[in-house]
Formats: sequence, C-alpha cells, structure tokens
Amino acid sequence: MPGMVRSALAVLVIDENRIRASIIEAGLREAGHERVTVIHDVTGIARRIAEIEPDVIVIDLENPNRDMLENMFQLSRAVKRPIAMFVDRSDQASIEASVDAGVSAYVVDGLRQERVKPILDMAVSRFNAFSRMARELEEVRGELESRKVIDRAKGILMKSRGLSEEAAYTLLRKTAMNQNRKISDIAQSLVTAAGLLGPSEDE
Amino acid sequence: MSMGAEHQITAGFMPLFDSAVLVTAGEMGFAAREGIDLTLHRETSWANIRDRIAIGHFHLAHMLGPMPLACNLGLTPLASETIVPFSLGLGGNCVTISNAVWAGMAAHGAAPDLDPARAGAALGALIRERAGAGGDPLRFAVVHPHSGHNYELRYWLAGCGIDPEREIEIVIVPPPFMADALATGRIDGYCVGEPWNSASVAAGTGHIVTVKALLWRNSPEKVIGARKAWAEQSPEALAALLRALHHSARWCQDPGNHAELAGVMAQAGFLGLPPAVQMPILTGHLQLGGGTELDVDDFFLPFDKAANFPWKSHALWFYTQMVRWGHMAHTPQNLAIARDCYRPDLYRSALKPLGVALPGANAKVEGALKIATAVGATGAGLVLGPDGFFDGQIFDPDEIDAYVASQKSGLLRA
Repeated sequence: MPGMVRSALAVLVIDENRIRASIIEAGLREAGHERVTVIHDVTGIARRIAEIEPDVIVIDLENPNRDMLENMFQLSRAVKRPIAMFVDRSDQASIEASVDAGVSAYVVDGLRQERVKPILDMAVSRFNAFSRMARELEEVRGELESRKVIDRAKGILMKSRGLSEEAAYTLLRKTAMNQNRKISDIAQSLVTAAGLLGPSEDE
Repeated sequence: MSMGAEHQITAGFMPLFDSAVLVTAGEMGFAAREGIDLTLHRETSWANIRDRIAIGHFHLAHMLGPMPLACNLGLTPLASETIVPFSLGLGGNCVTISNAVWAGMAAHGAAPDLDPARAGAALGALIRERAGAGGDPLRFAVVHPHSGHNYELRYWLAGCGIDPEREIEIVIVPPPFMADALATGRIDGYCVGEPWNSASVAAGTGHIVTVKALLWRNSPEKVIGARKAWAEQSPEALAALLRALHHSARWCQDPGNHAELAGVMAQAGFLGLPPAVQMPILTGHLQLGGGTELDVDDFFLPFDKAANFPWKSHALWFYTQMVRWGHMAHTPQNLAIARDCYRPDLYRSALKPLGVALPGANAKVEGALKIATAVGATGAGLVLGPDGFFDGQIFDPDEIDAYVASQKSGLLRA
C-alpha cells in the first residue's frame, strides 16, 4: 500500500470553469487517478501547490493567470521540483492537439512520458467534449431566440397589415427567399425597424 | 471579409491599448487596402500568444518587446523562432504605488512630479526604514518576466540604489488585475501600461510615481512578433502588412482621430473599456493621485519619432538586461541571436515604395540624444529622440561587453 501511494501521480487541475473542471476530474478518477485536486480560483495558489506537490498540472488556456502561474512554476520556492511545460517537446502532434483543445499541461522534471500522456490525452478529449457540448447548447439557444423573433415579426405584420398568422409567415419566408437571407434575419430587421418607427407595435 | 484578398493573415493580440495599431489596421481598412484579409484573435495571456505562434495558429502577434528575444534564446517553453519587423510604439507605462507607500515616500521627500531620481531616492529611504524596523519587503508586480515593464522597473530601482533582487519582491500579475491587487494590499506597487495605472488613481487607491517616458525617453514597448518561417515563405504578405501598419500607426497618432480610435478600442472585442479611460494614454495628461495633474511629453507614441522602426539597439538593450538579471549568460552565440531578432531591413524594404522618412542606421547610441533632433534619413525629414535614460547613462550597442560589465560590477550583482 505505501508503494502504491508513492507511485500515484498527484494531478492538479486549474480551471475557472467549474463544470469543465468537474468533467475532467471525473474522467481522471474513472481512469484510476485518486490524487486529483481542482482549483477554480488562483488566490493563494503558491501555498496550495506547496501542500499538494503536484506531478502534473493541467490549466485551461483561457485562464488569464497563465503568465503568473508559469513564472511561479519556474521561480517560486513553493515549487520544490522544476515544472516544465508538456513532457516531451518533440511530440508535436500531442502539443498541437492540446493547444487546439484549449488546455496546457505542466509536468515536474523527470517524470516519464508514458505516465503523463494518458492524463494529457484524457484532458484533451474532455476539453473537446466540453466545447462540443457548449457549442450545441449555443445552437439550441440561438434556435429558440430566432423562433421568438419570428413570432414577434409575425405579430407586427398581423397587426399592421391585418394578415393571418399563416399569411404573415408566408410573407416573411418569401421575402427571405427573394433576398437570399434567413427568415430570422428578416424578422430581426422588421422588429428593429418597428422599434425605431413606432410606439412598440409588437407589444 | 473579402474572399478575393491577396493575403490571408491571422494575428493575435492582448486587450491592451498598445495593440491599437494592429487593431485599427484591420478595423479602419488599412489592411484591406493592401490586399490583406486580416483576422484578429484576442488572447488572455502572453503564454497563449507564444503557444499559438509556435504551433502556427497565428502568423504574427502583438508582443512584449523582449518576448521574441526570449523565444529565440530558448528561455520559454514551446517557442518558435520569432522576428520583429515592426514596433507598435514608444512609451505608455507608469509605476503606480499604494497610498500607504506614497505616504511613506512623501515623508522621505518624494514630490508629485514624476521625477524618477527623486521618487527612487524616497522609495529607497522608505525601504531601508522598513527593513530596519523588521518589516516585510515591498512587493511590486509586473506583467511578465520578459517584459519592458520588468526591465525598466529594475533599471529604475537599481539606478536609485535599490536591489530589485533582495530589497523588494517582484511578482507577476495580469494587467487587468493590477489595480485590484493594489487596492486589496496583495501588492504595494506595479509597473504596467495604461489604462491600468489611471485605474488605481481614479479609484483613489494608488499614486503614479514615475513613467516609462521619463525612465528612458522614447523607449520601446510592444512589437509585432512574426513567425520567422512564415515571414520567409510570405515576404509579399509581410511587406503588405507592414505598409498597412504604417498607415494605421500614422492614423492613430493624429489627434484628430483620437476620439474615433478610442471608440474602436472601446468595443468589447478589443479593449472593452469606455473611451474616457483611454484618454490619458492618448494625451499624456495624467492624474497622479491626490488631485495632482501633469502633462508628460511623448508619453505614448504610436508613430512619431520613428516609433515603428525596430531598432537593433532596442533589442540589444533588452538583451543586456536579460543578462543583468540572470535570465541568461552573455555569450557570443546569445548576443548573435539577440542581434538577429529585430529586422529593420524588412521594415525598410517594405516601406521604401512609400517614399517616407526612414532611419539610415539599424542601431543608435541610446541616451545620446538630449533633445528632439532632425536626423539624416532617406525621404522626408525625420525627428528622433530625445532618448535619454533618467540616470544619464549611455548605451552604445557597439560596446555591449563594457555595458554588461559595468552593470555587473555595481553594488547589486557583486
């Protein structure tokens, strides 16, 4: 048992995005990593690093404190062993995949690549999965928004031109086709124009 | 943007005011006029800029002046060979301290006049008083170890007899967090570009004690760092971009455009700060704190005084400071790398067709010009300087060994 404790890698995940951090943490735990710490806020991080003594540190690239953290890894007395970026600088494909995914990894000196690679691969795939999820959520949100705008535009047309709901929609669709634009764009223009021209006709 | 553009260029920048020349090259159409489809990416750290240049996401980027040197000298992870064909401006930084430190300095003779020597003497007296009373050393912040901020802060302190290695602590804090770190007492002072100094003054939590424009007049700050491999493969694209940046820099310098420039930079995708807070850097009219106001000559120049010329003497001065503070050894190989990093030849050949004033030399003796001076140059007249250091020292790029030795043999690195 003591032998196991010594060989288990301590992984520190620094990510201000709590959801993403927990997704990565779960992934690392599923892969058998027990010593995972997640930090969202870098205040007082030097002390935490001294306590945790991480072997691998995973940081999201959006973190505005990256310059501070990098400098600390190189210089701080809190870091007992030097920490370098990535483990194998010749593994260009892996580095590119990381930066593409928006994550970087810092590893203590002397750690073998085969021990770190699975952790980095895990972080990269979870980061990518998170981005995909966020994108899909954004699309759904956009769809809902445009449906709302189309409804408002229909309302304006029905009121100002005495059209039925169906006729209002047909007019929007025809205009969009003629101008080679999206219905939601035409609807947005109409709502904006109505807002500029008159006492809020869409209410 | 235009699909038919001759050149596609992708560039990274940090949301700082001195990215203005690059930003307006895109926003005001100067790049498009040179046949360039310029895509700008706002970044959150200098480390990201470095990484994205290294793996080829960006062709070039807004960078700290010493950063390309650090890349080429192997001081940073993941760095690729980077050249500097254009400088984005001169000056723009200040040193800001907490109200408590200001009160302590005032008791030792500091006056609200930005005079570096006087402020430094007062700060030194305060530091020794604190040390005598067993207090913790003051903690100053800069934005990055390989930055003009770090080197000018250290130059100022050392020149005033304060050892930046032993008598104070220097930490790294991102620019937008500086004012907050000062207000909450996590740091006692900092050196950063505007508007992050005026931010503390406006909040009533800090005093500006000196400015880059007085520590080293008309001195280098941010630059365009370009991937060397890309620059060599795409010389026409690079030359077109340098011409676009030239026109954009001229536009940024013109006071008639300042309101519009502040409006462009105020957009959320760029600086994202109200136009009013950008005015001090544009006018040089600073509130120092405690109700004092001062006009600083040549506070920030995006174009005038050959601000865009990538002087080799600027790069070499940064090199001497990297050596001075132990970032690397002074060797013939390192010196040669530093000498090749800034590329006035590329700047000159790109701008030659425009018939504008271009310096004839690649380097100058820094600190030699005591007043603004018209100099011999191709094309129309060119005014340079003054370029003096606050302590009257001269940096002759042909006498680097002596300069390095003189700084090493001082009381500080003995």
